[in-house]
Amino acid sequence: MHIIAFLIRRAIQAVIVMFVISLIGFSIQDNLGDPLRELVGQSVSEAERQVLRDQLGLNDPFWVQYARFLGNAVQGDLGTSYFFKRPALDVIMAKFPATFELVLGSVFIFLSLSIPAGIYCAINRKSWLTQFIMSASILGISVPVFLTAILLVWLFGVELQWLPAFGRGETYTMPWGWETGFLTWDGLLHLILPCISLSSIMLPLFIRLIRAEMMEAMGTDYVRFARAKGLSTPRVRYVHAFRNTLLPVVTVGGLMIGTLIAYTILTETVFQWPGMGFLFLEAVNRVDTPLIIAYIIFVGFIFVVVNTIVDFVYTLINPMVKLPGAKS
Amino acid sequence: MPMLEVKDLHVAFPRGKKDWIEALRGVDLTLEKGERLGVVGESGAGKSMLAFAILNLIAEPGRVSNGSIALDGQNLLEMSERQIRKIRGNRVSMIFQDPMVTLNPVLSIGTQMIETLRAHRNISRRAAHKLCVQKLKQVAIPSAEGRMDAYPHELSGGLRQRVVIAIALLTDPEIIIADEPTTALDVTIQAEIMALILKLCRENDVALILITHDLGVVAEVTERLMIMYAGKCVETGRTRDMIAAPHHPYAAGLLKALPQNAKRGEKLYQIPGSMPPITNLPTGCPYHPRCPRASDICRASMPPLEGGVACFHPLEQSQEAPA
Amino acid sequence: MITWRALLKRFLSDPVAICAAVVLLALILMAVLAPVLAPQNPYDLMQLDIMDSEMPPSWQPGGDPRFLLGTDTQGRGVLSTIMYGTGISLLIGVGAVLLSGVLGITLGLIAGYKGGGIDAFLMRLADIQMSLSTLMIAIIALALFQAAFDANVYADYAIIMLIVIIGVAEWPKFARTVRSSVLGEKNKEYVDAARVIGLPARKVMWGHILPNTLTPVMVISTIQVAEAIMTEAALSFLGLGMPVDRPSLGSLIRSGFEFVFSGSTWITFYPALVLIALILALNLLGDWLRDVMNPKLRRGDD
Repeated sequence: MHIIAFLIRRAIQAVIVMFVISLIGFSIQDNLGDPLRELVGQSVSEAERQVLRDQLGLNDPFWVQYARFLGNAVQGDLGTSYFFKRPALDVIMAKFPATFELVLGSVFIFLSLSIPAGIYCAINRKSWLTQFIMSASILGISVPVFLTAILLVWLFGVELQWLPAFGRGETYTMPWGWETGFLTWDGLLHLILPCISLSSIMLPLFIRLIRAEMMEAMGTDYVRFARAKGLSTPRVRYVHAFRNTLLPVVTVGGLMIGTLIAYTILTETVFQWPGMGFLFLEAVNRVDTPLIIAYIIFVGFIFVVVNTIVDFVYTLINPMVKLPGAKS
Repeated sequence: MPMLEVKDLHVAFPRGKKDWIEALRGVDLTLEKGERLGVVGESGAGKSMLAFAILNLIAEPGRVSNGSIALDGQNLLEMSERQIRKIRGNRVSMIFQDPMVTLNPVLSIGTQMIETLRAHRNISRRAAHKLCVQKLKQVAIPSAEGRMDAYPHELSGGLRQRVVIAIALLTDPEIIIADEPTTALDVTIQAEIMALILKLCRENDVALILITHDLGVVAEVTERLMIMYAGKCVETGRTRDMIAAPHHPYAAGLLKALPQNAKRGEKLYQIPGSMPPITNLPTGCPYHPRCPRASDICRASMPPLEGGVACFHPLEQSQEAPA
Repeated sequence: MITWRALLKRFLSDPVAICAAVVLLALILMAVLAPVLAPQNPYDLMQLDIMDSEMPPSWQPGGDPRFLLGTDTQGRGVLSTIMYGTGISLLIGVGAVLLSGVLGITLGLIAGYKGGGIDAFLMRLADIQMSLSTLMIAIIALALFQAAFDANVYADYAIIMLIVIIGVAEWPKFARTVRSSVLGEKNKEYVDAARVIGLPARKVMWGHILPNTLTPVMVISTIQVAEAIMTEAALSFLGLGMPVDRPSLGSLIRSGFEFVFSGSTWITFYPALVLIALILALNLLGDWLRDVMNPKLRRGDD
């Protein structure tokens, strides 16, 4: 396994993608915001503005400005939020734990349910439970995430009042500043409804995917051969068939990262969850350009990192990928 | 008592809600210890179905609807899944048709060999590994030790089929069922693989059921022969006798169609028409629409298998094959 | 392939497909005939009375027979806004799919037929775009669009922007489907024959290969419309889509959302029900079509 070569190659790809994202981000900033207005307001004369522009380097050629932007970005400086008057990246990082824990919780929910359900439906094709799960899954796919969220808030938060429906509740701050909701009872209760909402479309999608892939694997010659070898049923199912369904599941999982991030924005909006997505929408409403750009670049960064990890996992479980980064 | 005795085997698949379609329509078969039997027929004749039915591996929703399969007097069809698992891959092994899809692509050769051995023997991983390498050497795989960690896609088709053969031999089975073991391979290595199977069966005194559409191969390898047509056995007997003097017009046609039986400068013989699908069989003898000797009785009723041939108008010993 | 007659026969023997088609047809009719059928024109400010706001459905205490499903906070009848809103949702959904279909089929044909560097580039682009997801691309594009222009300009161009952005973001699905069927068709004899008699590549692609790739395109189109409608609804819910005075189903849900907690559930509930019925009907029909046309195409795997 050429792990080092693979990592280097992926790192180069990641840098290129980040370069493109930062270029887009910068050109947007260049066209959208007027940093001067934010700095000095309207009361300054045009001559003074030009002096300030020169001092700030705003009259420099595009590429010079971009190089400066890039240099700052590499050092973690993505500009200052107009609204918070703090470095945009700091504002985002403060909200990151909330979003991360939301995603982690819902990934846990949909993986721990979709794998057994998908396998069950593939093996017991005609059982009433399978028919029920399959019918429910098409309904699940057809209900938008924000409607599931609203329904859950209304039912469990307002009507029944069983579960908290807004915010993160009580959090515990780790020594390194990470605020977690996993370690307090209240925090966990607050996670339940948002996590279910966020997984509500992923869950039926993965059940159907795993079922279809598992059914295909169960019908292959190598599974038949495994049975002809006299292997036990669990070994045939879980080692021979399921190992092969993992490959497409990981691929589709990789393709879902963008959707998942988009859904966090929806979920956080309904639950007023103090995460990055909620912050982003507020920034859009306030036309807080540096914060919008910082969010896009940060999300792009996460996207690239997760994609690289997914590709890496794929090569680990797929012996057919020999050349690093090559397609099977 | 023969080692393996299949009686009146029927395999059926559902069509619609209540309708069943029979893919095998009453097949008998016997196999003695160390004997080599050839099962020949066109594709769709039910040869593979027979192979899978013996190990009760018919794919859902098909099922064995009637008959018995006795191995040393024990009916395999009455066994629980647990009991028959002890037979599969242990006393009766299989070699599949296409080695490109027989081995699991995500498991190493070693894993797929060792798991087979450990499913049937109480043996340590280390000892199993050693035995597997030994078997790989027996099937003439170069640098056998290193191949244990290889994945199927790293091997050529020929090598993969050797691995499959090694797996089939791992547990010293009494019977190997080989379902067209060379069809999917390059023509250049077909003979090599067939010779290997023959050699190993002889050396280890393993009985062989060789399923093929190639009468030429059967003539070289097997002692007895069974010809199938549309889910039934139409003629069975000693290979040598049947090749020399077939009785069933279909058997005669197949033989005549062999390239080595064609005369130089003459067009290769072909049986006219094609085998009817099992979903749409004619009345009477299923071969009658293609048979030059067919008469009214053939169209009306199915000839029984008598004296090794199921035909109302069998060819006489001395008779030429029909034109 | 399957004949139209066989298709009809399969359709008539499947109650789920019939139900889905009936629901879809009813919703389309309702939307198209909204100007005739709707008890009220929600765009006409003259017809609105703020005194009518937040009335429950007519059968509930405090309801008004003029407003069968109650009114929203601006005094618009929920039934009327739903009828008009369904039309906007459908228009954007179908428009976006038409655009992405044209884009995707063209690029897919080129990628599949030409192969090589163009193919590799287009497919890599499709991969990246697909994993970014339509919704994420649309959110960012619309957020920037909103930041760049003022609200009035935005409201005027919202429909076109939504169609263009969703349509452009969705091209990879069509392109990949078309490309894979082109690869399947490319080496068949009739294509060779067309090439041998000297037809130019463009003619071979459009005249000979394209007709043979239309079955899978038809299958995914139905599901794509459902997805485009869902995307539009999500964008409008976030306030990035249709403005409140020309609401789609998504913006109706957004405008009623905060009143769910004060008990005025009908403002959100009925548009939500129609939205789900619309998407579900399209998904069921799409699944049915896929099963009939080509059992090998699967959802989630593309």
